[in-house]
Amino acid sequence: MNVIIVDYNSGNISSVINSFKEVAKDKVNIEVTSDLNKIKSSDKVVLPGQGSFKSCVDALSNISGLVDTLSEFAINNKKPLLGICVGLQMFADVGFEETETRGLGWISGKVSKIDNKNGKYKLPHIGWNQINIIQESKIFKDIENNSHMYFVHSYEFVPEDKNVVSATTDYSSNIVCSVEKENIFGTQFHPEKSDKIGLKIIDNFIKL
Amino acid sequence: MLKNRIIPCLDVKNGRVVKGINFVDLQDAGDPVEQAKIYSDGGADEICFLDITASNENRDTIYDVVEKTSKKCFVPLTVGGGVRTVEDINKLLNCGADKVSINTAAVQNPEVVEESSKKFGSQCIVVAIDAKKNGDKWEIFTHGGRNNTGIDAIEFAKKMEASGAGELLVTSMDRDGTQVGYDIELMAKISSMVNIPVIASGGVGNLDHLVDGIKLGNASAVLAASIFHYGKHSVKEAKEYLDSKGIPVRI
Repeated sequence: MNVIIVDYNSGNISSVINSFKEVAKDKVNIEVTSDLNKIKSSDKVVLPGQGSFKSCVDALSNISGLVDTLSEFAINNKKPLLGICVGLQMFADVGFEETETRGLGWISGKVSKIDNKNGKYKLPHIGWNQINIIQESKIFKDIENNSHMYFVHSYEFVPEDKNVVSATTDYSSNIVCSVEKENIFGTQFHPEKSDKIGLKIIDNFIKL
Repeated sequence: MLKNRIIPCLDVKNGRVVKGINFVDLQDAGDPVEQAKIYSDGGADEICFLDITASNENRDTIYDVVEKTSKKCFVPLTVGGGVRTVEDINKLLNCGADKVSINTAAVQNPEVVEESSKKFGSQCIVVAIDAKKNGDKWEIFTHGGRNNTGIDAIEFAKKMEASGAGELLVTSMDRDGTQVGYDIELMAKISSMVNIPVIASGGVGNLDHLVDGIKLGNASAVLAASIFHYGKHSVKEAKEYLDSKGIPVRI
């Protein structure tokens, strides 16, 4: 099996690569590339993302044909795709970080700044927070409710259809931290930085 | 609920840990990778490496250490010490660091903070503020605490937030190494003036100091070195103690 981690100059993806390689060992081939043909023929795709919504969307668009190839992979061919952090946020129709920017539009909704309640909550939301699993998700197999995951973000994904939400986390409000829509998965937290429990989520995705 | 973080810090010189964990079962007491792994297995919320390599020739050793550690530890890794340019930050991130802490360069050349936070995202840019009390204010020191800049620490903290820093690592130069506790007044002041998380550092001698840093200093995270070295306290003990004092921690 081939799992592709999409390398589109979205910032630091070393930790994503390291954690997937750790989980895959020699059984699964992990490749880091933006090669369109390789993505097309792969079994699963991971879409990381760091920095701002706009910078990630711009970086994705800068590689000719990449957005179409990913859409074909996830929307038409319905193959498993996991978005992490801004990778998840980009599923939305629109984001408001820096300036209003169109997203991939795979899951209807918007990405807006977390309400810090007049400074009561520090932003970015950095550190370990518990996830509240509200709906079963294939990537949460053997993951206990209220497990701690590592977060670092200032913006949240607000999907229109709440049925796609598999987990939330409590920070000023119930923030969406995991989604599942058919073959499309996303986590706002960083499984690659969430110790053994995070690696288990990666393992679950690889084994889908 | 978001948990307060405990961050053990390891001083690394020429690729080796200088103040390290003195555990009997360690294969090699100077190996940063092995020590970082012990901390992360013990429940450390993040790991911090401070590179105190003096000569430029040995600088590259830290990249090797970061690379090896990031393949073994799956909690966030912050690296600081000697970071001068956007290219330095890029190299550390490529080796597997999750955050880079910038000290002297942030004071001398604040554009580094602005440029790097735009390029790599605020989430990986930590500005380290070394401050010392002078009368009724605190002043910024650089070059590992040797040079007094006369810059007001509170004003500087606000400026760094505006420049895109994701977190501030605040060290009291008066307290560092003394084991008498954090400069609570300094932590609380900076924490109240910025909306980004503050990591308290400098002066921890016992577990109550960690409690004070969070409860009185309003720090989001507490960093300590020596209490975790030489096996005085484990990270697990520290967390259990904080928990017993009603502080939310990941256990």
